[in-house]
Amino acid sequence: MSRPAQRRPGYPKINKDLFVLTYGALVAQLCKDYEKDEDVNKYLDNMGYSIGTRLVEDFLARSCVRRCHSYSEITGIIAQVAFKMYLGITPRVTCNNSSRNEFSLILEKNPLVEFVEELPPGRSALCYCNLLCGIIRGALEMVHLDADVTFLQDRLKGDSVTEIGITFLKKPEEKKYRRKK
Amino acid sequence: MADEALFLLLHNEMVSGVYKSAEQGEVENGRCITKLENMGFRVGQGLIERFTKDTARFKDELDIMKFICKDFWTTVFKKQIDNLRTNHQGIYVLQDNKFRLLTQMSAGKQYLEHASKYLAFTCGLIRGGLSNLGIKSIVTAEVSSMPASKVLPSLFPSSLIPEIEATQTGLIL
Repeated sequence: MSRPAQRRPGYPKINKDLFVLTYGALVAQLCKDYEKDEDVNKYLDNMGYSIGTRLVEDFLARSCVRRCHSYSEITGIIAQVAFKMYLGITPRVTCNNSSRNEFSLILEKNPLVEFVEELPPGRSALCYCNLLCGIIRGALEMVHLDADVTFLQDRLKGDSVTEIGITFLKKPEEKKYRRKK
Repeated sequence: MADEALFLLLHNEMVSGVYKSAEQGEVENGRCITKLENMGFRVGQGLIERFTKDTARFKDELDIMKFICKDFWTTVFKKQIDNLRTNHQGIYVLQDNKFRLLTQMSAGKQYLEHASKYLAFTCGLIRGGLSNLGIKSIVTAEVSSMPASKVLPSLFPSSLIPEIEATQTGLIL
């Protein structure tokens, strides 16, 4: 009995599975290693940070984005170009306050949790996707933007959507001023 | 495909993370390799499930190994295995002359001793994949010159175990 030759179809997607599964295995291992959820979250965030500091180069090389002139533009690029490129999704962007330095990325679908049914028992404070926060924070820092990135809502914790909050720490006005000078 | 970079970076961080926590604590070198290998095992199990969904039944062991060399390797590492050898008694040697997870390291001898860290996950990946195809195996890897790596999965029906374990002793990992 010989196998049919068309084994090809549908393969590009598998590659994302490799990443998603690897990440899942990593979180599972961390849950074994650390008892406290906070430690796991911190570990993931740190890991994401070092990934982000390197990933940003890859991103800039691939995407050819132009210089951004406002925080909303930056967030837009993160959502529409970066997320699209690396995770294949485009989160919605909302701006939360009037000083225009707090933004939210709202993920309707999150490929990272594709194989996750629910958080393990007794792990209710675990931020499963905390790696993403770290990556965004690290990448932004490499382009000289200090930011706080945290999960505001998480589907795995029973919220209806997954929401990542990005708070830029410098005021946008200062930045504009410096640029004109 | 862009998410390849993501996987490579994650893998690097995993390796360095596991070894960093070992430095602080009491865990010795062997435990780190086991940890990475176990993670690979789980991933391999998951991948092969999704992978073989639409393929027909495999004829024999060799057929499975060919599948691992071609399709599996291509999707995971973007290239085929360069060389597959076997003694037809359950030992297979897979040789990759430009192993993706090592290409970013310097090509000299300097970091040769660290190379095994970066192979543990892959060994687990293959072992997990094979185990879900119903084959128990021991997978070891060795690196003799930098971007090249040899992966040696030994598949065994139970009668062959002692012989294979004997062959394991000479290997690096």
